[in-house]
Amino acid sequence: MSAIDVQSIVKKFGDFTAVNGISFAVEDGEIFGLLGPNGAGKSTLIRMLVTLLPPTAGTALVNGFDIRKQADGVRQSIGVIPQAMTSDLELSVEENLIIFAKLYGVPRQKRERLIDELLEAVELTKWRSAPVKNLSGGMRRRVEIARGLVHEPRIFFLDEPTTGLDPVSRVAVWEMLQRIKSQRDLTILITTHYMDEADKLCDRIAIVDHGDLKALDSPLKLKTSIPGTNTLEVSFSRTPPDWAERLERLPDVERVTAHETVFRIVSLNGPRTTLSLMEMAASEGITVLSLAVQSTTLDDVFVHYTGRALRDALQDVNPMDRQGFMVRRQ
Amino acid sequence: MGRTWAIIERELRRFRRSPVLIAMSMTMPIVQLVVLGYAFGGNVKHLKVAVVDQDHGVPAVKVRELASAMSSGARTIDILEYTDSGVAIADLRNGRVNGVLTIPPDFSRRVLARNQPRVALIEDNTDNFVSSALAATLGSMLVTYNQPAMTPRISTAAGLDVVEIYPYVPYIQYLLPGSVVMSIFMMVMIGGGIIFIDDKARGLHEGYLVTPIKKLELIAGFNISGTIKAVIAGMFLVLVGSLIAGVPSPFDPMRLVRLLVVVVVTAFALISLMFLLMVRVSDPLLPRAVFGILNTVLYFPSGAVYPQQGFPGWMQVIAIADPFTYAVHAFKSLLLKNTGFAAIAYDLGFLMIFAAVAMTAATLLFKRTL
Repeated sequence: MSAIDVQSIVKKFGDFTAVNGISFAVEDGEIFGLLGPNGAGKSTLIRMLVTLLPPTAGTALVNGFDIRKQADGVRQSIGVIPQAMTSDLELSVEENLIIFAKLYGVPRQKRERLIDELLEAVELTKWRSAPVKNLSGGMRRRVEIARGLVHEPRIFFLDEPTTGLDPVSRVAVWEMLQRIKSQRDLTILITTHYMDEADKLCDRIAIVDHGDLKALDSPLKLKTSIPGTNTLEVSFSRTPPDWAERLERLPDVERVTAHETVFRIVSLNGPRTTLSLMEMAASEGITVLSLAVQSTTLDDVFVHYTGRALRDALQDVNPMDRQGFMVRRQ
Repeated sequence: MGRTWAIIERELRRFRRSPVLIAMSMTMPIVQLVVLGYAFGGNVKHLKVAVVDQDHGVPAVKVRELASAMSSGARTIDILEYTDSGVAIADLRNGRVNGVLTIPPDFSRRVLARNQPRVALIEDNTDNFVSSALAATLGSMLVTYNQPAMTPRISTAAGLDVVEIYPYVPYIQYLLPGSVVMSIFMMVMIGGGIIFIDDKARGLHEGYLVTPIKKLELIAGFNISGTIKAVIAGMFLVLVGSLIAGVPSPFDPMRLVRLLVVVVVTAFALISLMFLLMVRVSDPLLPRAVFGILNTVLYFPSGAVYPQQGFPGWMQVIAIADPFTYAVHAFKSLLLKNTGFAAIAYDLGFLMIFAAVAMTAATLLFKRTL
């Protein structure tokens, strides 16, 4: 039995379809990622799985419980970190954990032991009596991670856990999650729009865009599944009118896209293309101002499956933002 | 039940750590009590009256002497002698005097001829309180003028003896019941309404909705903790307000028990109302906008500052539906008249039914999912 079994789940808000019939299964003990830009439907999807939103059609089984008919069973089995910071500012770190433990009916002795263990796991033992409002964003997230695990759930959901955090805190949260996972029997589902996060943490990634599931596999297999292994980013001192076409005719070049003055060249053989590119530029008396060569990233995977770059997709206006006043991050 | 208690514990811990919330809910009604109580409760004094004697006869002089006696006694009026009635009236229009007492030239002649002697009071009627005080003072002065020097031993005229069954109630005590209800309402508004919606908008509720807590447990938790906070505010006002307003025997234990019952029932009725209004709201601006209006619409028609018998018909209709009316009436009975439960049974009954209806409706409307 899979930990999570999503069956053709659909969510519509009026005329707008946020999730368009997605199906997948998450195995026990996996770290599973939903990767996609804002508005892709991943937050909507995770909210349905944690019983915050009722689905319009379809259903899902979480730890064997149906999210529509056995919501209580689902809630007892899962820990959730929603996207917004939901820890209570006026309470101390420890009080936040105690209240939640009581909500899940954790008996007192077990509760005290677990709180000590979790505070150590998230490295907040020194801060246990500090009011949460005195903590930084990264530390608050760690409080929420501890809080989500205080009743020893089997499945842990995190909705954009490092959005809004500084780079150092993000790495700390990743390390914490990996360490916690190694010490416990836990299945984790994360939604994110950060490629590095998905790449680093997840055993398998589902790419989601505009409510559809576009691809699903491990990061490595996703990267090797698409043609074109290198991406060159080049800028030139000047560009003659047909420069893009001439670049495309270089050996091993798959595709050329121009972003203002920077040309992105996807090539099957980076070094060979680089050599011929330098020769062509030199022969025209054009100076290469900058050159960078990258191996395939998840962004390339994303472009391949959705037709646009993940970072460009992030610029799109999120239709969910029009849904009224909701502050998502502190 | 354990989960309900967890919610209550959380709310009360947060409350204890929010000094601004506590201070505002308790201080504002006290300040209002003191300021309104003394601003409205006083008697007008030192109203300037211009006296123009156009007669100068003996009866006219007697009138002027009575007026001077009044001004040096109760000091309600200050007498200013004018020779020219035109100047006096000009000063009245300019606001330099509040009224002009004119003794016409034929006054003494008419007194002697017993032919309806009249004295004229010209007053600035844009201020109702001042003009009625002036008319009353000078009217009673003329009554004194009219009485013979020696009263006969057996009086044939019918007189009115006024007996007050309760000790004198200064206006600030009259206001106290309204202030107690106001403090309960303020705590419910801020602690129950505004904080609830702010939490919802910040996504805090999601943190609780994903736990196995049941809908009824969540509702009970929020409303019981809101009631507890409001009861604290209400009892604070009862005790401190009683001391400030000079209510006799403020710490009478039987009365305190009855007051506590009314405070609890009122708090629960108001928080049910608040919950019903906010159950489907998510915009944090809405409670702030609505509460100002609600405050006024509930407080003034309840008879807290002025008796209902003075209201126009439409306002009396509001008063009938307004829970404040019943709460204020109950507090007036207990604080000013020290009655037992029998006198306030009807008020308590209304408030409890009101709470039951509002809470049932809110529970049906409350959504367990987003």
